[in-house]
Amino acid sequence: MERKMVCISCPLGCRLTVTWEDENDVAVKGNKCAKGESYAWEEILAPKRVVTATVRAATGADRRLPVKTSAPILKGYIPALLNRVYKLELRPPIVRGQVLLKNIEGTGVDLVATRTLRESV
Amino acid sequence: MIEKIYDAVVFGGGSAGLAAAARIAGQGHSVALLERENELGGILNQCIHNGFGIQRFKEDLTGPEYAERFIEMVGELDNVSIFLETTALEVTPGTPHSVFAYSKRHGVIKIESRAIILAMGCRERNRGNIGIPGTRPAGVFTAGLAQRLINIDGYMPGRRAVILGSGDIGLIMARRLTWVGVEVLGVIEIQGYPSGLTRNIVQCLNDFNIPLYLSHTVSEIRGQDRVTGVKVTPLEEGKMVTAKSFDLDCDTILLSVGLIPDNELSRKFGVHLNPETGGPFVDGGLMSSVPGVFACGNVLHVHDLVDYVSEESERCASFVVEYLNGDYHTQHHPIVSGANVKYVIPNKYLPGMTNRFYLRSLIVKNKAELVITLQGEPLKRKNLAHVQPSEMVSFLLNEQDLSRGSESREKKLEVSIY
Amino acid sequence: MKNNIYDVAIVGAGVVGASIARKLSAYACDTVILEKEWDVSFGVTKTNSGIIHGGFHYPTSTLKGRLEVLGNIMFDRLQQELHFPFRRCGILVVAFTVEEMKTIEKLYMQGVENKVIGLELCNRDRIHSLEPKLNPDVVGGLHAPSGGVIEPYRFVFSLIESAKKNGVELRTRFNVVKAEKKKNHFLIHGENGQSLRARYLVNAAGLHADEISAIFNAERFEIKPFKGQEFLLDRNAAGLPGKVVFPVPTTVSKGILVIPTPEGTCMVGPTSIEQKDKEDLSTTQSNFEMIFHAARRLIPKISERDIITAFAGLRPTLKGNDFYIAVSERQPKLVQVAGIQSPGLTAAPAIGEYVKDLLKKAGLVLTERSDFDPYIAEVPRIRRLSPYEADALIQKEPAYGEIICRCESVSEAEIVAAIRRGHTTMDGIKFYTRAQMGRCQGGFCSYKILKILQRETGMSIEEITKRGPGSNIITQRVGDLSVKAPPAAVTGTEELK
Repeated sequence: MERKMVCISCPLGCRLTVTWEDENDVAVKGNKCAKGESYAWEEILAPKRVVTATVRAATGADRRLPVKTSAPILKGYIPALLNRVYKLELRPPIVRGQVLLKNIEGTGVDLVATRTLRESV
Repeated sequence: MIEKIYDAVVFGGGSAGLAAAARIAGQGHSVALLERENELGGILNQCIHNGFGIQRFKEDLTGPEYAERFIEMVGELDNVSIFLETTALEVTPGTPHSVFAYSKRHGVIKIESRAIILAMGCRERNRGNIGIPGTRPAGVFTAGLAQRLINIDGYMPGRRAVILGSGDIGLIMARRLTWVGVEVLGVIEIQGYPSGLTRNIVQCLNDFNIPLYLSHTVSEIRGQDRVTGVKVTPLEEGKMVTAKSFDLDCDTILLSVGLIPDNELSRKFGVHLNPETGGPFVDGGLMSSVPGVFACGNVLHVHDLVDYVSEESERCASFVVEYLNGDYHTQHHPIVSGANVKYVIPNKYLPGMTNRFYLRSLIVKNKAELVITLQGEPLKRKNLAHVQPSEMVSFLLNEQDLSRGSESREKKLEVSIY
Repeated sequence: MKNNIYDVAIVGAGVVGASIARKLSAYACDTVILEKEWDVSFGVTKTNSGIIHGGFHYPTSTLKGRLEVLGNIMFDRLQQELHFPFRRCGILVVAFTVEEMKTIEKLYMQGVENKVIGLELCNRDRIHSLEPKLNPDVVGGLHAPSGGVIEPYRFVFSLIESAKKNGVELRTRFNVVKAEKKKNHFLIHGENGQSLRARYLVNAAGLHADEISAIFNAERFEIKPFKGQEFLLDRNAAGLPGKVVFPVPTTVSKGILVIPTPEGTCMVGPTSIEQKDKEDLSTTQSNFEMIFHAARRLIPKISERDIITAFAGLRPTLKGNDFYIAVSERQPKLVQVAGIQSPGLTAAPAIGEYVKDLLKKAGLVLTERSDFDPYIAEVPRIRRLSPYEADALIQKEPAYGEIICRCESVSEAEIVAAIRRGHTTMDGIKFYTRAQMGRCQGGFCSYKILKILQRETGMSIEEITKRGPGSNIITQRVGDLSVKAPPAAVTGTEELK
């Protein structure tokens, strides 16, 4: 079996050709680094994406806090994760990198803040 | 009126201004950093997606994370005075330059400085500029404005959207809208190829099965008070084929149709602007036609990678420092765009040292070659795996490259892409 | 008010209705002005070119001619009292041929007959010295120093503010849908269930004057909308002229003009195309080339590159060549003010006077008030002040230091002033302050204005509109809509070129 795809691990966007007979026999061509190979694998078996979003922050002003998953997460989990994120409301102070949701759906991936939010004035 | 004196004033606390301010202050000079918003970071604050800093920090950061690194750097420097919610409205070029900065807190502050760094960034091309016919309902947004409303304020511009323009901003917004529950009916692109990164086509369109209509344009906006739909028309050989138009019912239109360097303050200084870039003409040290007035970042020319913005701004800052120390280079030679090159920045180079340039190609090509020539003779060649107008190319000329042409009396270099 | 019955109800708060309201406010007269939109001037006046005409187009035997000449000279005093942007910059009508100069001479004679001051017939040297940017092929023309430019919506806002200050009541969102004639008054019904009574009625309803006339069982006539499209050019445009430039008029229209605005931008247009729909304000591409070709013929430096935006307005045209301003013959307590197209803006102050006299003729007794105050407070505009004046002002009122619109240099205090005067839509704020009118077209200030509006009015974000119901800006907040799984997503494969 063969499939063409574009690696999204970095802006270079190497065009990959992936051929396989079964799970044990996958060959990846076209990648400039090792990330391309593991990307191709995952994309076929269990595609994942980094999710970025914003959360309501209880500061009195309409100012949302940006967040991201600490690693790519299975695509199937994304809609439910987003809906859950939108229901959160956080109180400052929040530090950049702070874990807001731990081990989403048992994946080992966390949701972290990507910005520091000080105490509201 | 409060009057203050600084060695340098930086207009804009975004990625360019932060990098420049940090470098100038780090070398011991006093800096005033003027920012009209109530926080530093500029446009990075609303770019909550990842993909930033891969070149600079070898990490995949979101916009706010990238910004915070520089904000912290600047915060640690005592000689950077940060003026938030402050807007420069009047300037008087001279020796020194004067700036009138308006703020709620301080009133109008008169700031005098010998060096000015223009880092005001750019604004978006809007409906008025591109003249989409039709009615004028609510629901037409530029992509950046929609991004700001969603990511910072938490306001949604609509429920069913069509995006005009397949540049990275439009693609990123296709995903962002989908991730906040808006139905994105399609991305419309006038060229025959998408102008954003391929990775964004994959993760912003393909992931959500959002159609990309290449060689199409929005030919009419409909709706009395709020958008009700658009007419989409295909182009064949650059001409609209009205008979093949179709309608898309939507309540929101996002326009991602280009960025324009915002040089109104530059004009007030009397700086000469380059119609090819929309930004100032600059010499080898990124100084404009007005002595002591420098420019870096999107105000100089629209960038794609913030990593390049930081690099360019720090480089600019080093020259500002030389200028303040009285060491500014006196010899600058011209470098111009040749075949298939839209523009090259800066417009001059400095002999006897390493110069970094940024340029944009006019053509789309795989396995292209960048050639820098002096009177027709190549000084340097560089292989480029892929070029397209929407991906900026950066290249260096070092002393060795320049020495190849040192015999010639003619000093003008030409950059071409083949 | 006697028995809850107004003396006069004016239907339509455009420049005509507003001028009449302000005139009546100088008398002991209970006046109410009814406007169907959310804010005043949101009908025909909003898209007016803003020209104060020179008074040489029409004979004073016509209402158009007489009221234009009278209205023109009233603007200096009005500006002193009401502080709207106005520049008496002068008008040039230019000729390219000897034939055209003959038409110019006719205009000149008409102007002389109308007793217009300062009119000048110009030869080639003179006209080019008056406007150096003219096409070198221009051979001569007419110079009317009495001509000028205003911001029509600011004019209406100030007229209404003055009228309200002197006791006139404004009811917006009052769309008159039914009227009953009682013994000595009209019972007027609004679309949203409102009603009120008035002894006299002034029909100044612009595009809908025919419908209002029918509702009040007065004369039957037809208002035909004629669309005019214009382009707004950047204030840095190389082709920006110092005076309003007209070509020689044809029988059909005054032609494509180049119009400097009081705030330093420039407009080119308008077209003149009949259409059926009174609501259709759409712009088209087809006019674009024609307009720029014609504008460049007058001023070669005019360029499409300077376009900030395009918009269209509708003229309320009526059969016959003159304004229809008269006491209704069918309905004796009703004064018709219909078909007010060009030179309606110029004539408006004089129309106010004239309609006051017609109301007297119809039986309304008017006595002047001794406490009429013609002045309204001038709201400082930060862009007009020197930095030193601005500093002093900000020390007293800090909100003047917060610059919200950087393209037009508009401060938070001015936006708050607009909101407190009832301009609570994004367009209303735009017309009062100029915020959102500049080169970024609201890209950098909209999100700030939305916050200020919520704070000042208590409206929620979903309630804020561009110009009234139906034109909401924000539909809901992030998190209000649930995110669903995308349809059979394609993962990473591509058919990319």
